[in-house]
Amino acid sequence: MGKKSIIFIVFVIIAVLGINASVFTVSEKELAIKFKFGEIVRSDYKPGVHFMFPVINEVKKFDARLLLLDAKPERFLTKEKKNVIVDAFVKWKIIDPFLFYTKVKGSEEQASIRLSQIVQGGLRDQFGEREIQEVISGERAGIMSFITEEADTAARDFGIRVVDVRIKRIDLPLQVSDSVYRRMRADRAKVASELRAQGGEEAEVIRSEADKQRTVILAEAYRDAERIRGDGDAKATDTYAKAFGKDKEFYSFTKSMEAYKKSFSNKDDMIVVQPDSEFFKYFGSTKAK
Amino acid sequence: MAWNEPGNGSGKDKDPWGQKKNNQGPPDLDEVIKNILNKVSGFFGGGGSVNGGIIIAIALVASVVLYVGYGFYKVEAGNEGIVLRLGKYYQTTKPGLNWAPRFIDTVEMVDIANVRYQEIGFTTLGSGRAKTNEGESLMLTQDENIIDVRLTVQYIARDSEDFALKVRDPTLTLKEITESALREVVGSSKMDDVLTEGRVAIAQQTKEKIQSALDFYGTGILINSVNFQDIQPPEQVQDAFADAIKAREDKERLINNANAYKNQVIPKAKGESARLTQDAEGYKASVVESAQGEADRFLALLKEYQKAPEVTRERMYLSAMGDIMDNSSKVMIDVKGGNNIFYIPLEKGTLQKSKKRGMDKVVEDIIAPAAPAAVYGSSSNGGSGTTSRSGRSSRNERSR
Repeated sequence: MGKKSIIFIVFVIIAVLGINASVFTVSEKELAIKFKFGEIVRSDYKPGVHFMFPVINEVKKFDARLLLLDAKPERFLTKEKKNVIVDAFVKWKIIDPFLFYTKVKGSEEQASIRLSQIVQGGLRDQFGEREIQEVISGERAGIMSFITEEADTAARDFGIRVVDVRIKRIDLPLQVSDSVYRRMRADRAKVASELRAQGGEEAEVIRSEADKQRTVILAEAYRDAERIRGDGDAKATDTYAKAFGKDKEFYSFTKSMEAYKKSFSNKDDMIVVQPDSEFFKYFGSTKAK
Repeated sequence: MAWNEPGNGSGKDKDPWGQKKNNQGPPDLDEVIKNILNKVSGFFGGGGSVNGGIIIAIALVASVVLYVGYGFYKVEAGNEGIVLRLGKYYQTTKPGLNWAPRFIDTVEMVDIANVRYQEIGFTTLGSGRAKTNEGESLMLTQDENIIDVRLTVQYIARDSEDFALKVRDPTLTLKEITESALREVVGSSKMDDVLTEGRVAIAQQTKEKIQSALDFYGTGILINSVNFQDIQPPEQVQDAFADAIKAREDKERLINNANAYKNQVIPKAKGESARLTQDAEGYKASVVESAQGEADRFLALLKEYQKAPEVTRERMYLSAMGDIMDNSSKVMIDVKGGNNIFYIPLEKGTLQKSKKRGMDKVVEDIIAPAAPAAVYGSSSNGGSGTTSRSGRSSRNERSR
């Protein structure tokens, strides 16, 4: 019994170890290649469990997911010989582990170097053909898809698919930035002085308009006032004429009397008279005249 | 080892990829088998005479129980478990207690409820402080100006399977895409639009671009919102921008002042206008009414006068002359009557005037002795009035 069980257990252990050594799993996230004494014999594994002979076979795994390469910012010249600093990134994945292993030694780092060389070269060409304005705004998407295609074609040789190349940043070198800032300042200063001038202008328009209105209002009022006065004078004159016209002689007599009284109403007024005026007709005698 | 990481399983570790190298089966198998072997051989060494079969059976049952027991795992609320069976995607498990056979299945937890965020242009350091990343935040606009943009992207892992399996480091991918998309959108907008009313549209466009790229890569991420934390001109030019804003206010102020002036001047003019008109109306009324009064008075008088013209005329004349004589100084010269008395109440001023005119010397001699006593007009008014009176008399002379 004891021996049997020991044999059984040893057998189980060997079996387990054997299976363990000759089985490998390929996950959803992985690609695998199998070597036989250093020579690649299979590279098209699907996710799941696969077999190999220990010692004889060897298995290498690669990342099957979408990978990111953040290329170093590079300085490019645009068509009008302006320097721009461009930062791009590449989304890529390994699609053929066989090629990937043989061409770039299965190293992501190696692959990244090759990829950035391809992408930088493409960007340099594309930027050299365009002006800075086009690069910044209009044709960014066009450049990106063009380079994606170009890089993809080139990278297929390494068993790599370039899914996307994107320009992350386009910056101006420091000296150029400074001149941009200076220009922006000048622009703002212009806007500011324009605004102030406009304000002054509009204010002056409003003020002069107000002054004009005042002058007009006063002139109209003066006109109306004079008309009213004239009207009053006319009515008065009419009234006088009608009344006094009834006896002109009597009017001038009464008016004269009034005027005399008014003229000599002060003690300082001096009259030199001779007693032969009508007023003094009784001055010397009581005789009826 | 994958199973022995409860921290990973319960989602405490936010990065499910940190442990990826440990997710393979074979090394685990080795260790567990060794453990079992040790236990079993321990039993054997302890009691040689005991029935080995029973011990083996017990050991087997125990290992099965252990195996099954270790297969349970918990999915936290808001998470999903991605189960890979022998490396191949098998199922997605929901929150609660789940079971997966060890060594065969591996489980990755993905938090699908947590709203995560990515900051661009700055990093929040906590307690209200933030660090600016100038390289990230400064960008070119279409009109080749530079602006400073800070934004946050809020997102969730919508598709846990894609999030876990398709892309290495989806979070970094999101950041890179966001930068790219933001700069693309800002780069095709004018600075003034970005700074003012274009904000919302730019956020929307950026969001769409990010989302379409994320979908294209299959990251399983859903963007909830793209929010601008801050859009402003760069520090180097901020004072110039502030001055431009101030200028706008200055403009408003100038206009407001002018309007205030207008609002003050015009009502005042209207008031003055009303005064002028009213004055004129008053004048008119007074002129017309006094004319009417005078006319009526004259007519009334005329009516009576016509009844006895001679007498009335005489009376009026005498009454008027009486008043005049009463109220003024008089000099009577009755030469014809042979009366030699002369009342000549000439003042000193009048006398001096006469002198200047070169009046006859004889006349002066005759007049002089009588003058002091005779000038009663002067004495009644007092000496102080002399000069002013002489002034007036000179004026009278001129007007004559």
